[in-house]
Amino acid sequence: MSALLEFLKTYMWPLIFALVIVGVLPLLAGYVVLMERKVMADMQARLGPMRVGPHGLLQPIADALKLLIKEDIIPENADKLVFWFAPVISVTAAMLAYSALAIGPFFQIAELNIGLLFIVAVSSMGIFGIILGGWASNSHYSLLGALRSTAQMISYETAAGLALVGGVLLAGTLSTQKIVQAQQGGTWFVFVAPIGFFLYLVASIAETNRAPFDLPEAESELVAGYMTEYSGFRWAVYFLAEYANMIVVASIATTLFLGGWLRPFGSIAALDFLDFFPPLCFLGVAGYCFYRTPKQPEPIQSGVMALFGGLCLLLAAAMALPFVPAFAASKAGVHGAFWFLLKVSLYIYSFMWIRFTFPRFRFDQLMKLGWYFMIPLSIVNVLGLGVYKVLRQLQWSRWPAFLLTTGGTLLVAIWLVWLAQRKVAVPGPVGDMTEAEG
Amino acid sequence: MADTRISGFPGAEQTVLGADEIIINMGPQHPSTHGVLRVKLRLDGERIVDSECIIGYLHRGVEKIAEHRSYQQFGPYVDRMDYVAAVSNGLGYCEAVEKLLGAEAPMRAKVVRTILTELQRISSHLLWLGTHAIDIGALTPLFYCLREREEILKIFEKYCGARLTTHAFRIGGLQYDTYDGFEQEVKRFCLDFVHRVDEYEQLLTENRIWIARTKGVGVLTAADAIDMGATGPVLRGSGVKWDIRKAMPYAAYDKYDFEIPIGKNGDTYDRYVVRMQEMRQSNRICLQAIEDIPAGPIMGKVGKVLKPPVGEVYHSIEAPKGELGYYIVSDGTTQPYRVRIRPPSFINLEALDKMIKGHLVADVVAIIGTLDIVLGEVDR
Repeated sequence: MSALLEFLKTYMWPLIFALVIVGVLPLLAGYVVLMERKVMADMQARLGPMRVGPHGLLQPIADALKLLIKEDIIPENADKLVFWFAPVISVTAAMLAYSALAIGPFFQIAELNIGLLFIVAVSSMGIFGIILGGWASNSHYSLLGALRSTAQMISYETAAGLALVGGVLLAGTLSTQKIVQAQQGGTWFVFVAPIGFFLYLVASIAETNRAPFDLPEAESELVAGYMTEYSGFRWAVYFLAEYANMIVVASIATTLFLGGWLRPFGSIAALDFLDFFPPLCFLGVAGYCFYRTPKQPEPIQSGVMALFGGLCLLLAAAMALPFVPAFAASKAGVHGAFWFLLKVSLYIYSFMWIRFTFPRFRFDQLMKLGWYFMIPLSIVNVLGLGVYKVLRQLQWSRWPAFLLTTGGTLLVAIWLVWLAQRKVAVPGPVGDMTEAEG
Repeated sequence: MADTRISGFPGAEQTVLGADEIIINMGPQHPSTHGVLRVKLRLDGERIVDSECIIGYLHRGVEKIAEHRSYQQFGPYVDRMDYVAAVSNGLGYCEAVEKLLGAEAPMRAKVVRTILTELQRISSHLLWLGTHAIDIGALTPLFYCLREREEILKIFEKYCGARLTTHAFRIGGLQYDTYDGFEQEVKRFCLDFVHRVDEYEQLLTENRIWIARTKGVGVLTAADAIDMGATGPVLRGSGVKWDIRKAMPYAAYDKYDFEIPIGKNGDTYDRYVVRMQEMRQSNRICLQAIEDIPAGPIMGKVGKVLKPPVGEVYHSIEAPKGELGYYIVSDGTTQPYRVRIRPPSFINLEALDKMIKGHLVADVVAIIGTLDIVLGEVDR
């Protein structure tokens, strides 16, 4: 008994954090879906979900309930064990990645010295869920989706990994805590390695199977790709894994390039008033909720709206906590979580923006982009950042070093684009040389 | 275990790499076959080795029905062939019967018919653009297109009470005169629409991914297009300047000034450009026509009971999807002896097998989209 108490004492906070993440993440993923639908609706001149709860605020919960009580169908010819197990692999990999992510200086389950490597390694395990799910379904569409996904993940994992290497090079550590600390006081790495950030943005879209790289589940081509035969809760688990993965890559990008939980312009004292932004932001949302409360068509919707307003007030109060002298120490943790999640949201928003603007790549074009452009450029980027670091150690000042290395990398990028363009200058049916010559 | 499951289909052969070909059925229930088209694809990896179109899931025997209906009664049936361009179908049928009767619609009716048909062409092309874009993965244009299409459907609804299967015209002219404010509404739509097309083009025309996905995909040479009897934007995309509105003017088209846009390479991108230009030209025709709709009767001199003389007639119009022809044989009774319809979608669809060979699965949906087929018309 005392051993158990001892265990709990040591691991109390990690355990609580783990519980919070397991409990909150599905909800968060649900609300990312709602956010996506709302953003999509906004861009497409319509309203989006409006029926379940005020402004569709309860839609994720209704969706989750619907999926939970749906009939669970396993195709007759499917490999039942693998079919059952595949989504679990996907979601486990996605969730496990959170164990090393630092949402604040304090909020982290495990501080690992190989944190980033661990996150990348674990989250790339999710591909097994997709391959096995596609294979076990025993359907052609699923199989094609799984094959596409394999090739895509392998290609873009390389580019994403190399893009991360650039950031790691600058920080000199793999620990997520220390990476953020390295950006404290100085500049965020996105301003030192903009090309690395861009590469990671593109590669992470491809890694999470989002449009314009959503080939494994290209709706108009492969019905639903590897998820074609899945329905009900299993499908929901895949969906959860996809959105959880989105949050993971957004968190990685935030940690490595966008300064993690640091406030924008944290080193400029004149902009310290930005500290008031988190509570005021929630206060504003709460005010809007209360303003809309009497305008809801149904009393129950008014109630829900008021509830959301109250929730926002509560959050505003939590955000105002650091201004109480007795709790001033909580500032980094409380405000850190706010800034971190804000950056993650903006990153995810850019995903959505891209998704609703661009058409989908074709498979061979995707591979071409990956191997001809992304991977060479990310190698050059690592080289450039290495040179930057050496130049800085040689006491060069920041701007000349930055302009030299980034400019050089940019030139290579332009050259690669030129090369690629020359290659696609003669369009025609893919492959089949005999036909082209004839 | 898996490889034994996916092989063994009749017709599947070993490929160069020693892997098995797989056969997949695209459709009849598939997100992007635009209805109930079924395409059987033989794939080597993702490359299409062979394909076969299987149609008939929406066959309703429209031509047979015609033999048991009077000439007027058959009018609403033609709306249900190309149900996204019902007005055009109706125009073709009414003009064919008028030709058979030797009657002619009054000028006012002709001009109103032209305006409504051109609006219908715009709305049909809008639906094509939206679905084509969504097939290629651009999700957003669809909603912009539907927004503008809605305006056109509202005009139809005000004019004749129906939005989709309108039955807007009658043999001999029109049943309804234009409503108050018709001219203003059409004009407002047309003036606004020019900017809307610019908007769609901003999203797609210069988009690198869009160009990569459409240029060089589904090439149909001019000679092939003519051999296969392709018409409409599919033919014009291949660079053949053939438009029945110019070649054999009907309704009031000879009065208006418009151009026939043509493509060069006959690929999916060219057909896209042609249709975008066609929308602008249709808009131009509408703007010219709306300026002066002649006064006068809207119904020509045809009797209450239509009894065309014994004989036959073929009349075709330029429907949004191509040449829509009606061949009607009359035996002198109130019902046609035989009606044969030349549906543009059906004949354009023949080019599909040739166009998709050697492409990837992703191109199949792009090519089906670019042919702009409506299965109601293919199967009739």
